[in-house]
Formats: sequence, structure tokens, C-alpha cells
Amino acid sequence: MILLILFYEFFKTGLFSVGGGLSAIPFFSEMADKYDWLTHEMLADIIAIAESTPGPICVNMATYAGYVAAGIPGALVATLSVVMPSFLIIIIISKVLEKYRKSMLVDSTFKGIRPASAGLIAAAGWSVVRVAIFAANDNFALFGGEYGVDWNFDWRMLVLFAGLLAVTNIKPFKKLHPIVFIAFAALFGIAIGLI
Amino acid sequence: MEKKKTSLLSLFISFAKIGAFTFGGGYAMLPMLERECVNNHGWTTREELLDYFAIGQCTPGVIAVNTATFIGSKIAGILGGAAATLGVITPSIIIILIIAMLLNNFADNPHVINAFSGIRVAVAVLIINAIIRIIKQNVKDWTGIIIAALSFILVAALGISPVFAVIGAGLYGLVFGIVSNRNNKGKEDVK
Repeated sequence: MILLILFYEFFKTGLFSVGGGLSAIPFFSEMADKYDWLTHEMLADIIAIAESTPGPICVNMATYAGYVAAGIPGALVATLSVVMPSFLIIIIISKVLEKYRKSMLVDSTFKGIRPASAGLIAAAGWSVVRVAIFAANDNFALFGGEYGVDWNFDWRMLVLFAGLLAVTNIKPFKKLHPIVFIAFAALFGIAIGLI
Repeated sequence: MEKKKTSLLSLFISFAKIGAFTFGGGYAMLPMLERECVNNHGWTTREELLDYFAIGQCTPGVIAVNTATFIGSKIAGILGGAAATLGVITPSIIIILIIAMLLNNFADNPHVINAFSGIRVAVAVLIINAIIRIIKQNVKDWTGIIIAALSFILVAALGISPVFAVIGAGLYGLVFGIVSNRNNKGKEDVK
């Protein structure tokens, strides 16, 4: 029974949250109102953990909330249910696109969209930069008002930022796997905390 | 048949890597996606990646999963989409289950918090580099620059939903395409 509820709630979350990650939070918040296996305090923890672990944030949140509700089967059902709408919708869109890809109308539409999409990715990048450099110690900074953004500018993070920006564009280091830079930055953060 | 199996397996593995090395969700995936799918395997181009992201912005669901399904199904049909999707979520499931079972106070640990303030900076740098490459390849003329700048301002400064930027730019492209196609045809008729 609980698995059916999880399927229904997480399928709904996947189906109605447009624009990724954080847009799913209101749905989780509604679940916390409705069911006794999830509380708002737990939800705050879940968001923090989902943000501090690799992988899509929404998937991380679904796995955790599902586990809290019904153990490992709950985690699996919640995770698969939250990704299922994306999967089905994109399979349909990609079939349609494949068919009309060569059409002049579809082609010119995408030619218009591409620069806009580049601008949108730049906007998303800007919000990442803002959080990374200006609110370095705030886990909830991405959520703005509700959890409060702490505009504590940290010059050491700016040094790390400038250093990494330079190194990732210099020849021998350029080709290194991104995880190398991520690991280095993680150690840098820990070291700063120890000083 | 053998070849299809290999591509399903390599889709799964590549997207599992992307899932495991992406910190911060959605757009933070971009540098890894570029590396695995554009540079290493040639499954897709930077142009197509942009299209997938634009569609992912306007359709419901998890952007990472949308992109995985797109690329997977392009390479190996529905099964390919499923392999890529399962790949991108598998590391999440494993890592979150371990944390949920063993490390309840993971996110409160000061070392974790400090490590993440560093990681966010690295992610920001990697995204900036990816964005520069993408802009270089896809924004080539003045109209492109204007559309990109307008979308950036609408979303980053005015907080308007990206859906409107995508729809507006798409309509512009459509109308521009129809008009310039007509003009070309007109010229051919004159000849």
C-alpha cells in the first residue's frame, strides 16, 4: 500500500515539476504535510544531503524520502517513479523529433532556440557562481528567501576560483578529468576549515 | 546484436560516471556530459546538447534524466534511453542509501560542509568553461548575441521562467526561417 502511495506521489512530482531540481521541493513539502513518514525537519535534512552528494538533486531526494517511508523497496519505487514521467515524455518527443528533424520548420525553430539556450545555461551558471563565491558556507543558499541567503563573501574562495579558472585553461592540465579539480577543491575546502 | 549490447553497456557506464561525478544537479552535469558524450564517444554534438537542455527546460521532470533519455534513445532506441537513465540514477541510489542507512548526520559534518564550499567553486569553474565553449560554437552572429543576452537577462536578472525565453526564441527562428525560405524561393523563381 505504502509503495502504491509512493508511486503516485513521486510520479506526480516528476510529472509536474518543470525546470529541474529545486522546482520539485514544493511537492516534497506537500508530502510532509500529508503523511506522517515525512516531516519538514526531515525534509530540510534531505535537501541538504541531496545537495551535498553527487547526482541529480531530485533523484537524490526521492531515494532518501522513499527509504525513510518504506526502506529499500520504498527507495527504489520512489526513484523510478520520479524519473518515469521524464523518460516517457522524452521518448515520445525524441521519436517525433527524429521524424521531423530534417523539416525546415523544425530546423529553423532550433536555430532560433540555440542561442537562447546558451543564454539560459549562462544564467544557471551565474547562479552557481553567485552561490560558490558569495555564500560559500551556506548549504541552503540556492533556495533564496525561504532558507535565507548569507552573502558572506569569502576571499579564499575567490582565490580558489581564479586559480582553478586559470589552471583549467592551461595546456597540460586542460585535459584532466573534471573530478580531479573537484577533488582538489574539496580538499582545499577541508584544509581551509582546519586552519 | 553484439554491437547493440556493447552500446547499451557503454551508455549505462558513461551515464553512471556522469551521475557519480556531478555535484549540484542539472547544469553541473554539462562539463561531464560534454566530456563523455561529445569528446569521448561522439554520441552527440554541442549543438544537440543545447537542444536537449532547451527541451529539458520546457518539459516536466528531471533535466539530467531528460538529457540521458534523449542521448540514449538517439544511440540505441528505447532500450538505450532506459540504459542511460538507469545509469545516471544508479550512483544516486547507492550513495543515498548508504548515507540514509549509516550516516544520518552526513550533511551536518563540518568537513563535509567545508569540502562542499570548495566543490561548489570547482563546479562553477567547470560550468563557466563549458559555457564559453558552447557560446563560441552556437552564438555566431549579432541576432544570436542579442537572443542569448536577452534570455540571460530575462532569467538571471528578472527571474522570468526560461520557458518563455525558449518559446520566444523558437518562434523567432520559425518566422525567420519561413521568411528567408520564401525570399530564397522568390529569387529562384526570378532566375
